[in-house]
Amino acid sequence: MAELEDFRRETRAWLEANAPESLVGMPFSELDGTWGGRRAQFASADMKLWLDVMGGRGWTAASWPAEYGGGGLSKAEAKVLAQEMAALRLPPPLIGFGLTMIGPTLLRFGTEEQKNEHLPKICRGEIRWCQGYSEPGAGSDLASLQAKAVRDGDDFIITGTKVWTSYADQSDWIFCLVRTDPDVVKQAGITFILADMASPGVSVSPIPLISGKSPFCETHFEAVRVPVKNVISEINGGWTVAKALLGHERSMIADAFGVSPRGGTRGGRSRLVETAAQYLGEPGGVLGDAILRDEIVQNEMDTRAFSLTVQRGRDAAKAGQQPGPETSMLKIYGTEINMRRNELMVRAAGPQSLGWEGPGFDEAELVATRDWLRSRGNSIEGGTSEIQLNIIAKRVLGLPD
Amino acid sequence: MQLVLTEEQELIAQTATEFVADHSPVSRFRALRDSADPVGFSRGLWKEMAELGWLGIPFPESLGGAGMGMAELALVVEAMGRALAPEPFMSCVGLAGQALFEAGSEAQKDRWLAAMIAGDALLALAYQEQGSRYDLCRVTTRAQRSGEGWQITGRKVQVLDGHVADALVVSARTAGQDGDSDGISLFLIPAETAGVEIERQTRVDDRNAAIVHLQRAEVAADALVGDLDCGGDLLESVVDRATVMLCAEMLGGMAQAFEMTLEYLKERKQFGVPIGSFQALKHRMARVFMEIELSRSSVMAATRAFDERSSETAKLVSLAKARCSDAYLLTANEGVQMFAGVGMTDEYDIGFYLKRARAAELTFGDAAHHRDRWARLSGY
Repeated sequence: MAELEDFRRETRAWLEANAPESLVGMPFSELDGTWGGRRAQFASADMKLWLDVMGGRGWTAASWPAEYGGGGLSKAEAKVLAQEMAALRLPPPLIGFGLTMIGPTLLRFGTEEQKNEHLPKICRGEIRWCQGYSEPGAGSDLASLQAKAVRDGDDFIITGTKVWTSYADQSDWIFCLVRTDPDVVKQAGITFILADMASPGVSVSPIPLISGKSPFCETHFEAVRVPVKNVISEINGGWTVAKALLGHERSMIADAFGVSPRGGTRGGRSRLVETAAQYLGEPGGVLGDAILRDEIVQNEMDTRAFSLTVQRGRDAAKAGQQPGPETSMLKIYGTEINMRRNELMVRAAGPQSLGWEGPGFDEAELVATRDWLRSRGNSIEGGTSEIQLNIIAKRVLGLPD
Repeated sequence: MQLVLTEEQELIAQTATEFVADHSPVSRFRALRDSADPVGFSRGLWKEMAELGWLGIPFPESLGGAGMGMAELALVVEAMGRALAPEPFMSCVGLAGQALFEAGSEAQKDRWLAAMIAGDALLALAYQEQGSRYDLCRVTTRAQRSGEGWQITGRKVQVLDGHVADALVVSARTAGQDGDSDGISLFLIPAETAGVEIERQTRVDDRNAAIVHLQRAEVAADALVGDLDCGGDLLESVVDRATVMLCAEMLGGMAQAFEMTLEYLKERKQFGVPIGSFQALKHRMARVFMEIELSRSSVMAATRAFDERSSETAKLVSLAKARCSDAYLLTANEGVQMFAGVGMTDEYDIGFYLKRARAAELTFGDAAHHRDRWARLSGY
């Protein structure tokens, strides 16, 4: 305990000495976060400095082993670091799928050579990663994917199309699933492989959504040559790796959508309630539309019950018990609450929600409308709600096929 | 707030579940109903519950209690809820017992609360009147000064376990108009008091209840429970605790109804396959499962809010009751639909859970009532 307190003191002193002052208390969003990569963009010069000093200590990936460029901190120490950063209201120095998705996967499944090759670059923010899973013909039925990789000496030659590859147009490397054996049960012929996006034959086209511009892209592979040594785990053993990564992705989505209502709160009231109060008024201290009010309360209460359920899962895990309700359940519920919240935001503002751009609508109104449209995808991405319900019915309830 | 059971709590839950499974299968509840049993529960089993210490869980050791919290109490109530045990736990421990514990005089606690904890006296809380819905302050029963004491006249309905109560805690107006929040007082009235007449009621869920007629019932000055004219706040406090106990019971009931339905889906065959293999039913069962899990988190949070004296306790009570009301009904409605034809028959137990889900929903405020309360407590 005393050692941990020493660590806390040293960490705070170091952060105070090294964190650029302009970043303290900076409101943070995905948009102005540092994603790194060969074409890295920084919201400010101080954000670059911040990445350099934190990356230099490996504190961009604090709990990864130091030999791979991480901070080598114990779980308890990493938690202290996160607490001290929160206390000083500092933004994360680096975000992205390298840290959250492929990094942990490499730590678990990668060879020594693969870890040495990729992890330090992730920690320093030198390489930005994207994910190539879905295909135009393989959505919910992911295992039916058709992008094929044909062996040619020390290389695979990949041909096919990946879709919903977020930020592919700005990424340097892709981790993807390819078919290496078409003649076996579909899950048994899939390989997990890493490819440099700069390889000849890779092209990317962005996908506009119903909500307008989006980070999503379609990524085409036309006879792209990728070394066999870039395979993670075994050839034809990619499905196991893919599933491990997917479970992680679902819990990330659940955390992002359900736990805290998006946007700031004032006086303990959520942004939804504040917005409704602004448009509906509060005659007699209650929101001016009885039916909308009831739906808003329902959403607020659902949000609370959801966050208590997330907490219950964590408390049980800490106590060494079986994880409670599955991540599938949290993914469904968290996204659905978020979708209803977005609908209520739009309904609260009434006709002022009908703007797409231009005069007569303020920024918050335009954002709320785009957010509503974007939120329709929450129950689709990362495995549709229907697929999650299948998982609960089968794995938790034991209902027969 | 820790939303996980301690080892001690695990043990309590396990003991309670086993005891109820051994002594109180649903068939016992059915037999009591079929025989129109005048008591409507088992006095022998009640005595055993007293000996196990259940009746004193939330009360201090000085009164013969265990000095534990709502978190522990909820585990026992949940086990009883699974089996629809009709023992007068809610009225004795949750309602009248809690009122005496919070506001009763030392003499009242010694005479009645300690006796209840020991299993020697049955208590009931007469707070509800016809048409008062969920408003604890709509009290038309009047208490007027009569010499040194009081004379009480009025009619209380659906008094849980009022038919066997040895003493009643009764809300009566001592000042103001029918709907005022001030001017309500609670009185402890032995059931044999002249002017008290008790008439048993029959409810859809077969839980025991009675009308209490008070016709110029005379009580002494020391019958007053708590401060004069301040019974409204006391009632709200007592009913908040009772509401969370009811939620724990509902949690047990919905879990049991869900498990029964799940088993049936795996056994029942149509078109040559178990009906549980149909996606139309699987997805609905997964939805019910999620609602039960969210209910459980809400109930755990509400019990711990009491035990930790959280400033958010009232909101968490409303969260739990709103969720459990909706979730228990969903579970029971889906249960009847999935049992289908036999689910409609009196022979199958799933119907008992549907009836209990509705009765519990309409006790201490339904989901809409508690959503409104949450919003008011949150300032909108």
